[in-house]
Amino acid sequence: MTVAPPSETLAPAAIAPPPRAARRGRIWLWLLSALVLVSLVRVLTGAHELTSSGTLRQALIAAIPIAMAGLGGLWSERTGIINIGLEGMMILGALGAGYFTYYYGIWIGLLGALLFGAIGGLIHALATVTFGVDHIVSGVAITIMATGVAAFLAEAYFSGLPGGGPTQSPTLDTPPTITVPGVSDWLLEVQSRHWFLVSDVASAMRALVWEMSVVTLLAVALVIGSGWLLWRTRFGLRLRSCGESPSAAETLGVNVYLYKFVAVTASGGFAGLGGAYLVLVASSGYQNGIVGGRGYIGLAANIFGNWRPGGLFMGSTLFGYTEGLHLRPGSGLSIHALLLLVAICLLVLAALQVRRAQMVPGAVSFVASVGFFAWFMLSDEIPADFTGMTPFVTTILVLALASQRLRVPATIGMSYRRGQAG
Amino acid sequence: MTAVRRLATVLAAPLLAFVVAGVVTSLILLMAGDSVSRFWDALFRMPDARNFVNIINNSVVLYLSGLAAAICFRMKLFNIGVEGQYRVAVFAAAVFAGQAWLPGYLNTAVAVLVAMLVGALWAGIAGLLRATRGVSEVISTIMLNSIAGTLVAYLLRQVGERRGETMTTTPLPRDSWVGGIPLIPGEASKVYGFAVLAVLAGVAYWLILNRTRFGFELRATGASQPAALASGVDVKRMVVMAMLLSGAVAGLVGMPLLFGTDHAYASTFQSGIGFTGIAVALLGRNHPIGIALGAIVFSFLIEQSNVLDIVAQVSPDVVVVTQGVIVMSVVIAYEVVRRYRNTAEQRGVARSMGGPSGKQETEGVVA
Repeated sequence: MTVAPPSETLAPAAIAPPPRAARRGRIWLWLLSALVLVSLVRVLTGAHELTSSGTLRQALIAAIPIAMAGLGGLWSERTGIINIGLEGMMILGALGAGYFTYYYGIWIGLLGALLFGAIGGLIHALATVTFGVDHIVSGVAITIMATGVAAFLAEAYFSGLPGGGPTQSPTLDTPPTITVPGVSDWLLEVQSRHWFLVSDVASAMRALVWEMSVVTLLAVALVIGSGWLLWRTRFGLRLRSCGESPSAAETLGVNVYLYKFVAVTASGGFAGLGGAYLVLVASSGYQNGIVGGRGYIGLAANIFGNWRPGGLFMGSTLFGYTEGLHLRPGSGLSIHALLLLVAICLLVLAALQVRRAQMVPGAVSFVASVGFFAWFMLSDEIPADFTGMTPFVTTILVLALASQRLRVPATIGMSYRRGQAG
Repeated sequence: MTAVRRLATVLAAPLLAFVVAGVVTSLILLMAGDSVSRFWDALFRMPDARNFVNIINNSVVLYLSGLAAAICFRMKLFNIGVEGQYRVAVFAAAVFAGQAWLPGYLNTAVAVLVAMLVGALWAGIAGLLRATRGVSEVISTIMLNSIAGTLVAYLLRQVGERRGETMTTTPLPRDSWVGGIPLIPGEASKVYGFAVLAVLAGVAYWLILNRTRFGFELRATGASQPAALASGVDVKRMVVMAMLLSGAVAGLVGMPLLFGTDHAYASTFQSGIGFTGIAVALLGRNHPIGIALGAIVFSFLIEQSNVLDIVAQVSPDVVVVTQGVIVMSVVIAYEVVRRYRNTAEQRGVARSMGGPSGKQETEGVVA
């Protein structure tokens, strides 16, 4: 009889988690190597759109609505309530932004979007917390209702307005933008030299100082603020405890229902702001179908980011990047260059897996890497349809590869009745 | 509980839901400044023979979609992907049948099988991901819906032909079309021949779930996964099987349209049936007859709404709100009724036990 050496089974638990500073250092290392890699691919393929400031700006604009929806998902799911009604709440927010901005200006418009989204969130909270309805069912119902309400009210509000119609609002004002005059021109100059690494950094910086919408800054502040609020304050600890162990929270005197209500309503508000961003910044008015599944992608970004604000923001920028690239001229070429990037990433992954003695996954990654490399060599362009698919395929792949490592809030999707703590 | 009371609790939820939906819809109409009374007059006017046939035809399609969703719901599995599954399936069937490799109805039959197979495979991706990698089927089916839409659009441009503004697959040979049933004498429009298939699917659904071991295991997994696991059910296998079956039925959704009216897959092929099917399944509580009633209610609303803007100057979109509110209030009402029944039952037990302590001891069960 053989007994496995105990040290082997205990090893993972025995290793202390890396201290915060070391973890942060590793993230920067990863970001830096990603930058080097992208820059390398850009220089090799000549697809300069990969990191042009135009692309990066588009990517940021595409990422923010997804991040806002993801933030909504974070707030709600941290209290254990799954919110696939985010899509519907974004739709409501988009409509609210269209209506209130037209009559009262941008700031009231944003508030209106927040309010409309929050109403959707409140309905979801009422259904799931008070009545214990299944979270998915309630989310589906809210999305159906929101689609109908938005289409109906859009026709009622916008028909007959100058430039408006039954399915779209008139052209709306754009929120103010910030450009740092001298610096942005100088950075453009550097970018257009197409130097290795230097130009990429320059265009990334230019994307941040050139026509930066104040709403984008607001959104980023909300992500950071949420991280602080949920992880650094008593309120946040209590809120998260409702998603991890509501009965324990209740025995400690936390009003679980109230926290869930607050979180899910806030979740709707964030989603509503995401809808507003689509209407005001990403385009110049409301139209039916403008949300186009971004609520769901936001939810996926939240899962991708392991229910953490930093992670979900990274997930959103990744999805936003593919969308931003898709919108730029010559996207077929630059997306084609991405194939090489994917091939290299898979190769690195294969090497890491082999080093960790994970032979089978390593072999799979290697074969996939060769496949992508062959695809890159044998083709010149990728049809536009496939680029549109990228966020969805990435989501599925990431979930399939990483779902074992994700740490889900413990009582997610479960209904909690007051008094369960006994 | 007496039979009358039981019937009352079964009917109470949907009736309550319809009342709430009516109130909410009226409120929204008021908000937009539309005439509420004219709206209700238009919605509940007597459908003429042609509307009647349309309602039945739409119900057939929605019924199949509802059944597909219900198979998974019985297992507490959320197949949100019927939308993508039927689109991929109907496209594959249209391409296959358009080639006319087989004569007459043989072509039709094999095309239907192709649709079921493709639908099952598309759903199977989500099933496999759930069973092997633990990926939530909700997220994966939603993603697969979007992928399906783009993939079909791309393939249609590769194999299809241009007709004016739209792309379309090669039309089906005339001898593979499925004729309609002249249900109402003297009326030109006919009920889909595939209505028979829908009825058969409903019967099969009931038989499989209630009269086979597979169905029992499926329901057992839905009721309590640990209990099912403990009694020897291979839950992972059940997840994949349920998804495959659900996808196969989803593959049937587009068939009445393809063989009955469209005769080809074009970029204008009716969309959104999958999402409405989810609502229909929820409304019908996953019961074969309940789903049928739900499908009829929804198609009635859709058909009657078509003339709303002409008759009542109201946008037909408002009916989508009505549908959403019906679904939301019906699930809430079911939950309320369930809780009421539970407490009533416990009170009954407590009374028969004869002690005031009975209620306290069962309190935990309510939750």
